[in-house]
Amino acid sequence: MRVIALVGQPNSGKSTLFNALTGYRAVASNFPGTTVELLRGKALVGGRPVEVVDLPGTYSLLAGDRAEELSRDFLISGEVDVVVNVVDASLLSRSLELTLELSELGLPMVVCLNMMDEAEHKGIKIDAEKLSDLLGVPVAETVAARGIGLAKLLSLIPQARPARPPRYSADVERALAQLSEVVAPIAKATGLPPRYVVIRLLAGDPPPGTSGQPELSQAVEEAREKIASARGEDPALVLSAERHAAAVSLFEQVAEVGHAQVGWRERADDILMHPLLGYPIMVLVLFGLFWAVFKVGGILEGLLLPPLEELSQGLGALLGQGLFSQVVVGAFQGLWAGVAIVLPYLVPFLFLLALLEDVGYLPRVGYLMDALMHRIGLHGKSVIPFLLGYGCSVPAVLATRILEDERDRLVTAALAVMVPCAGRAIVVFGLVGRYVGPLAAFGLYVLNLVVIALSGWLLARLLPGTGPGLIMEIPPYRRPNLRTLLGKVWLRLKDFVVVAWPLLIGTSALFALLQALGWSPALNNGLRFLTWPLGLPKEAGVPLVFGILRKELSLVMLTQAFGTADLSSVLSQGQMVVFTGFVLFYMPCLATLAALGRELGPRRAGLVLLGTTGVALLIGLFLRGISALA
Amino acid sequence: MGRGSLVREAFPVIIRLIMNFDFEPLPLPSLPPGRTGQVVRIQGGRGLTLRLARLGIRPGARIRLISASPFSGPLLVEVDGVRVALGRGVTRRILVRPLP
Repeated sequence: MRVIALVGQPNSGKSTLFNALTGYRAVASNFPGTTVELLRGKALVGGRPVEVVDLPGTYSLLAGDRAEELSRDFLISGEVDVVVNVVDASLLSRSLELTLELSELGLPMVVCLNMMDEAEHKGIKIDAEKLSDLLGVPVAETVAARGIGLAKLLSLIPQARPARPPRYSADVERALAQLSEVVAPIAKATGLPPRYVVIRLLAGDPPPGTSGQPELSQAVEEAREKIASARGEDPALVLSAERHAAAVSLFEQVAEVGHAQVGWRERADDILMHPLLGYPIMVLVLFGLFWAVFKVGGILEGLLLPPLEELSQGLGALLGQGLFSQVVVGAFQGLWAGVAIVLPYLVPFLFLLALLEDVGYLPRVGYLMDALMHRIGLHGKSVIPFLLGYGCSVPAVLATRILEDERDRLVTAALAVMVPCAGRAIVVFGLVGRYVGPLAAFGLYVLNLVVIALSGWLLARLLPGTGPGLIMEIPPYRRPNLRTLLGKVWLRLKDFVVVAWPLLIGTSALFALLQALGWSPALNNGLRFLTWPLGLPKEAGVPLVFGILRKELSLVMLTQAFGTADLSSVLSQGQMVVFTGFVLFYMPCLATLAALGRELGPRRAGLVLLGTTGVALLIGLFLRGISALA
Repeated sequence: MGRGSLVREAFPVIIRLIMNFDFEPLPLPSLPPGRTGQVVRIQGGRGLTLRLARLGIRPGARIRLISASPFSGPLLVEVDGVRVALGRGVTRRILVRPLP
């Protein structure tokens, strides 16, 4: 099977194209750095099945962060048959720098000019035919988000050819020519084009297979020094400047820049990113999100819960009092809890989060929060894992790959798992929001932020060293597309339906069994060390522990443990706040722990586990004190 | 010494002062919001220079300051029609010449 790699700069629409070609749903956002892993899917090209691989966005093949390294290493692994270079046509000049770099790999290539509508909006007219002639590869024009031009792109893939690599200034070309003789045997052994090997050596980024050869490294050093002294700059910068010049000249030959349209999307930042107005607006937007989720969720839950109560009571009466009947009723309650307690809050939450993401507001929150992030020893790029964490902690942990520094990755991952994911949001909305009020729910989120900031401040003292500072592209605002939004909500919802729901049903049945056998009091007594200091009734013990599997289980189990869906009759408002506060912080769920173990190693993952649980106990005690005063 | 020679000698000094004032590159945060500057040089190592170059911030590029957030927060700039958020520390290393 042939392998087609989608390569392009961040936010050029690779994942959208990937979804359109393969019918698979990868998370695509208006958010540079959404894809940090290789995603594989299948498509038909000319009636033959091919494998399509979506690579993390990369500005340049000179590796920057881990996700970019992953893309580059995959490209030179020998596994790729055809490169589809996805280009944001509205940023053609800058994007062509990567195109030229890719041409040096010598792989058959097709250029896909994506987002042609955006280019038009900016007044950029592109002569695709001329670009195709100059590069020597087929060029397709697409608007992947609306499915335009995809058939043409697929039909061009079989005609992919290696592109013409750019020629540089005479002195650089001389250096390249001198080295290529020495390099020829190595290039042959690794299967990489000699020109590519030489360019990387000259840039000071030696490719695999070139180390441990004193003769070669001496020749490379000489060539590098010669260029450095003649140009007064590091050869990597010289090469980058040369490629930039080549890209600009190419751009000028194929594109005409007319008048850009200036609309709300260009002006919105004047208000939303205003040094003073930006902050109150951000608070309003986020509070509006909570309020809307609470309102919509409350209405849906009110409609769905009473029938649940009746049905499960009816089922219990029907089946009688046996052990089997109790287990069946338990499983049934788990099934219904998913519908009546989780989905009413989860669906609007995921929808609004996806909306903010696709409009392009989330990276702006990162910008607005950078000053604060700096105080806690991180820079604004760490905000991306944090923001993803509001959806689910697993992608948040994976997203730490976009950070260059090992220390930053550890600190960011440790803090990002404390961000309340959608599962924890269910507990906040369904317990505190519903019984205590939306303001208290918002308050818990604010408290969560404060605790994360304090933990960050503390970690920064324990692990000194600050990252190189924020450098982050802020994507343009985009009009959200309802179909894409719903697709994304479904993708994230699927995780709940496929993983959490069966778990919910299974554990509910298990819990009913424990109760029927009379074992749960013993378990609850064993957990008294946890519930007693927090001032919680002992029935809350087992539900708290079940949250390790999935955080939303804690809430559902609570209704089961007390045998009622009206929790206000068994818990005081203070107890609800303490319970929720503890759930927010204590050890991340199993899936997140696995991700942490993979990204940070078992020892560090263990430290995060201990740290977060310690924080959770402190917060629980603190909230207990507060609610005793109130 | 007559008045003429004073003018003759002082004039070039004053001109040079004005010229210097106008053309001495400024760190990016000194640019007033809304103004455009041309990048003169990046005062930084290879890593930073490359990271900025990837986003089009390199000597010769035109960079427009859109907004500066308070409390030494980041700057929002526009280069080649792309908006980029830059931490304050990074921006102090970008020297620009204000364009009219």
